[in-house]
Amino acid sequence: MRLRIALFFCLAGRMAASVDFATEIKPLLDQRCIACHGEKIHLSGLRFDDKDSAARVIVPGKPAESKILAKVKGESGGVMPPAGPKLTADQIAKLTKWIEEGAVWPSSASRPRHWAWEAAKRTAPPVISKTDWPANEIDRFVLARLEKEKVVPSPDADKRTLLRRVSLDLTGLPPTPAETAAFLADTSSSAYEKVVDRLLGSQHYGEKWARYWLDLAHYADSDGYEKDLVRDWAWRYRDWVISAYNRDLPYDQFITEQIAGDELPNATVDQRIATGFYRNTLTNREAGVDRKEARFEQLIDRTATTGTVFLGLTVRCAQCHDHKYDPISQKDFYRIEAYFHGSDEVNIDAPLPGELGPYLRSKPEYEKKRAALLAEYNIAALQAKWEDIIRGAMTKPGVDLDWDFQVTEIRAGVDHAERVLFTEPAKRLPKDALRIQNRFLRNAGPLFKGDKPAADKFKEFQTKLAEVEKLQVPVAEAPVMEDRPENGPAYIALRGDYKAVGASVEPGAPSFLPAANVPMPRRLDFAKWLLREDNPLTARVAVNRLWQELFGRGIVSTSEDFGTQGDKPSHPELLDWLATEYRRVGWSQKAMLKEIVMSRTYRQSSATRKDLETKDPENILLARQGRLRLPAELLRDEALTVSGLLDEDIGGRSIKPFQPAGVAELGYSVKKWVESPGRDKYRRGLYIHYQRTTPYPFLVNFDVSDSTLACTRRRVSNTPLQAMNLLNDPVFFEAAQALAYRTEAAPLFADRLQAAFTLALNRVPTEKETARLAKYYDQQAGISAREPGGVPAWVAVCRVILNLDEFITRE
Amino acid sequence: MDERIFRAIQSRREFFRSTAGGIGTMALANLLQQEGRAGQLGNPLAPRKPHFAPKAKNIIFLFMEGGPSQLDLFDPKPELSKWDGKPLPESLTKNLQLAFIKPTAAVLASRREFKPRGQSGMEISDYLPHLATVADDITLVRSMHTDAFNHHPGQLLLFSGSTQVGRPSLGSWVVYGLGSESQNLPGFVVLSSGAGTSGGASNYGSGFLPSSYSGTTFRSSGDPILYLSNPQGVSKDTQRATLDVLKDLNEEHEAKTGDLEIASRINSYELAFRMQMSSPELLDFSKESKETLDSYGITNDTTKTFGTNCLLARRLVERGVRCVMLMHASWDDHSDINRKLKKNCDATDQGAAALVKDLKQRGLLEDTLVVWGGEFGRTPMCEVRNPSDIYSAGRDHHPVAYSMWMAGGGLKKGAVIGKTDDLCFHIEEDPIHVHDLQATLLHCLGFDHTRLTYNYMGRDFRLTDVEGKVVKKLLG
Repeated sequence: MRLRIALFFCLAGRMAASVDFATEIKPLLDQRCIACHGEKIHLSGLRFDDKDSAARVIVPGKPAESKILAKVKGESGGVMPPAGPKLTADQIAKLTKWIEEGAVWPSSASRPRHWAWEAAKRTAPPVISKTDWPANEIDRFVLARLEKEKVVPSPDADKRTLLRRVSLDLTGLPPTPAETAAFLADTSSSAYEKVVDRLLGSQHYGEKWARYWLDLAHYADSDGYEKDLVRDWAWRYRDWVISAYNRDLPYDQFITEQIAGDELPNATVDQRIATGFYRNTLTNREAGVDRKEARFEQLIDRTATTGTVFLGLTVRCAQCHDHKYDPISQKDFYRIEAYFHGSDEVNIDAPLPGELGPYLRSKPEYEKKRAALLAEYNIAALQAKWEDIIRGAMTKPGVDLDWDFQVTEIRAGVDHAERVLFTEPAKRLPKDALRIQNRFLRNAGPLFKGDKPAADKFKEFQTKLAEVEKLQVPVAEAPVMEDRPENGPAYIALRGDYKAVGASVEPGAPSFLPAANVPMPRRLDFAKWLLREDNPLTARVAVNRLWQELFGRGIVSTSEDFGTQGDKPSHPELLDWLATEYRRVGWSQKAMLKEIVMSRTYRQSSATRKDLETKDPENILLARQGRLRLPAELLRDEALTVSGLLDEDIGGRSIKPFQPAGVAELGYSVKKWVESPGRDKYRRGLYIHYQRTTPYPFLVNFDVSDSTLACTRRRVSNTPLQAMNLLNDPVFFEAAQALAYRTEAAPLFADRLQAAFTLALNRVPTEKETARLAKYYDQQAGISAREPGGVPAWVAVCRVILNLDEFITRE
Repeated sequence: MDERIFRAIQSRREFFRSTAGGIGTMALANLLQQEGRAGQLGNPLAPRKPHFAPKAKNIIFLFMEGGPSQLDLFDPKPELSKWDGKPLPESLTKNLQLAFIKPTAAVLASRREFKPRGQSGMEISDYLPHLATVADDITLVRSMHTDAFNHHPGQLLLFSGSTQVGRPSLGSWVVYGLGSESQNLPGFVVLSSGAGTSGGASNYGSGFLPSSYSGTTFRSSGDPILYLSNPQGVSKDTQRATLDVLKDLNEEHEAKTGDLEIASRINSYELAFRMQMSSPELLDFSKESKETLDSYGITNDTTKTFGTNCLLARRLVERGVRCVMLMHASWDDHSDINRKLKKNCDATDQGAAALVKDLKQRGLLEDTLVVWGGEFGRTPMCEVRNPSDIYSAGRDHHPVAYSMWMAGGGLKKGAVIGKTDDLCFHIEEDPIHVHDLQATLLHCLGFDHTRLTYNYMGRDFRLTDVEGKVVKKLLG
């Protein structure tokens, strides 16, 4: 056995060129060893980030004496590493060869800092030989790499494919036949640019990019957890995002308003709504929940979201201990957490257009009548008594179970009930005061127990109040964040346990990044810090995501992790160029997107090539475009668009399309799913009501993000449930019927087919396709003739088209 | 190559031949080459080998949502009658946090009668007469404990190893690790008696694992799987013809684009069709004997719903489904515990016991794990929501010590593991944390729980988080 292994290594050794520590050994040690044998933890006193320490198990030139090899091979009791897969034969062979060759380990002084911690450097686009290919600087970076690898770029995609691609990418909707005809007819050199400009100006642009941003914000229409209450006003934030994109609000402003819109001087309602970004955190209202813990979890989520979305860092790893791979200390984590510790959730009045006038007009009379009624029934005194009992039960539970139950209910149902109740009535914010009062007026609990006359009187009051309430014209609200300095100093939660209070911390940036020492007490300061020119992450992380949306893969493929465990950039100079370019164009996302989609890199065909199948199966080099399965929402949008069903209204409350009975009922808080009336159910997918515990099944089938954590990239699965969904879901069947209706006018089958193909796939069918579908049509016509009530043959054909892989794919 | 892998590859070859027919040999070779790559491409549900020879290959989890009372079902405490109506000593209840009641609440002794059952003499409550008949086939654990005293976090901890949402569930990990042996059905199926659970989909979601690993809910009314039925007017012939033309056109397009993902798409459509075709057979109980139907209680209104799901669970496992989760809600008896518990026991006892018997009789119990239990237990102290109603006595959530039973797949038989103190308050012997349970179940399925990992957000995650040890005492 030993001989065989030796022989194997010998052969492996002969085949491989000499092993480079920096690129082949160090990454292996970093990934698989230093978690337990590194700077912070060094089990058995062994460190693989330290040459001298590692010398105990690595003997230069002597693999047989190097204990590390016996360990990774599992030859000396237990195998290392103990978690995760074993090292591969190839990795072991490399390690062996490296030791054989003398275990060359350059001194740590020469070790460069992780690339992502250094500010982005703009370099001139490289010199290339195929000078007639590039359309802009981006192409020169891409081509330089291709030429180095001796790969040629792919030809441009044909005009129809390109139009469908860029339309889906920029607006999320396929082109109309008229748009296609115009583009095909326009032979000028600026034809494509005109299309790009048109798409960037479309109101649907905001919807498309909002959908992506909502994944990062992990938007949903309900609280999550057991109770999973509906969030009536969550959509106000969604509308803000759509509008911000459509206005092309520069990215610096875009993130500043979301992080600290309320802290801006003279903040507008709109800017405050932007802070709804942090209101997408889950809320656990289960009775008996530890409220401190629940709030702590929310703060942790806000901190983690900040790390992922703005910095591309997995800061959450530092909740319980210093980050094992990146230089993020636990203190760094709680310095960011401190920003949220000092803020709280609040709902503000945020009237929609047209609401304010009627509201203000109705207000005086309503308030007068309400006050009079309250006075007539001496409500103030009753409420004071009620509050006394509630406060008593909150401080000392267990005395009266009925009141304890009330406390549980109030805590679950009234935001910040405890804080409000323990604030003197005169000092309560009007909204808070009203919420508590309304709770009392609605349900006084056992206050009148045993006193029937008093209970009856209160009931009489409630009836009259209901009449008065009708006088008030309601006004829309919005969930936002606001400062709450009285929360006191933030602290390090030892071992990540909120109960283990450690040293207090001031808000601030991670210590290993530039200018972390500058005092930055407010969220607004933090936003400014993110946008500093020497911040190495903000711009890179942002442009990388744009790239990912347009190619299916970021230049850093792990768009959520730019740390040492993330993937290295495939085109580092290009990434830096784009990052600096973003700043140069004034953080205009539209300008950035335009540069990228105008490149020839973007315009290439997405067909796979023989030479690339082995050389670059994952398309890292970008010698072609990607074929990308449409995200759930866009897939639905496309089906509704091509069938002519789509309702193009933008913004507003979430909608509920058809959903089979029994889905909503699987959650705890059974809320009947009431299908939206009229044309609402034909609105775009991003408006579909997202109930966290029982999400809309179609979205889940097609890999919607689960809205619990910031999601920078969705996975793309390919399952039989998807097939059944597209084949059998009444929503998609209706689309097939509508597409059939829309295209059935032409008398000839071939003409009808051409119309349907043009709508759905933006191309004409091939002869072979026409022949095959004609055969199917006849076959189906036969079946329908035999089976009364069978689906009409033309509808069946349209159903086939909407199920083609090509239809659900952006090519 | 061991026989298992050989068979897996053979069946996949066959699978491809029979389904996609025309898929080129290159695509086939490519898929075979990806064996073990956890389905980054190709079929993520292809059968895979665990870390070591497994005792069990399937698992049925009978999830009793809400927290059944161990005191009234599994863990007799005659001593408690001495304390009935009196508060417990403070030394016991110090630092205890409960959801609703105060730790000083009065004790409620169980009104149930316990008797020794079977050869083993395992004591089981009079509310579970059917379970009593399989006492010698099950292992009763009286020393389960967990960290969460609320439903949703407790359920998440039990099924995903963390109180936070977003982690993959037990069933997802199992299918991720083992793939599925069924060519016609999902690898992980969820059955519900109807009432919803606190955790909802998070109890059987795939978290950060690909969605192919999440539990597919079979519904109790309408289509058993969403969108399983053809739209109105689409006959079986139409559906088959549709799939044929889709395959031809998709293959044509694959040739043009060279994208292998299209082959997977064709494959998914074929599997969908087979699911459509095989589901009626799955749900058709007409070939089951009258004795079988009676034993599951399907012929009786009280036991029908749960019994049907139990029989369905057996039929699913028989057909190669890896993991079945059967939910029954709710056992959250804060009040009126004697009546409510009886109702739940009457509805579920017969079906659960019949499942164990039936699996055993068919030789399936040997490689199927059956686990019965909830997210926590209930307090020995009494919770009174309405003092004027004599029936109102109930129990609060008790995460510190509770009971579960399990059977089959390499576990002991007729054994009682663990011991609680005289008040059923604390564990005295062999504490088993839910992470330990997870580690043990994975062990029976052939996995070292520390090595069944998935890298996400910069670190390796596993079902047992950073805890869990295999409980040797549970193993047969």
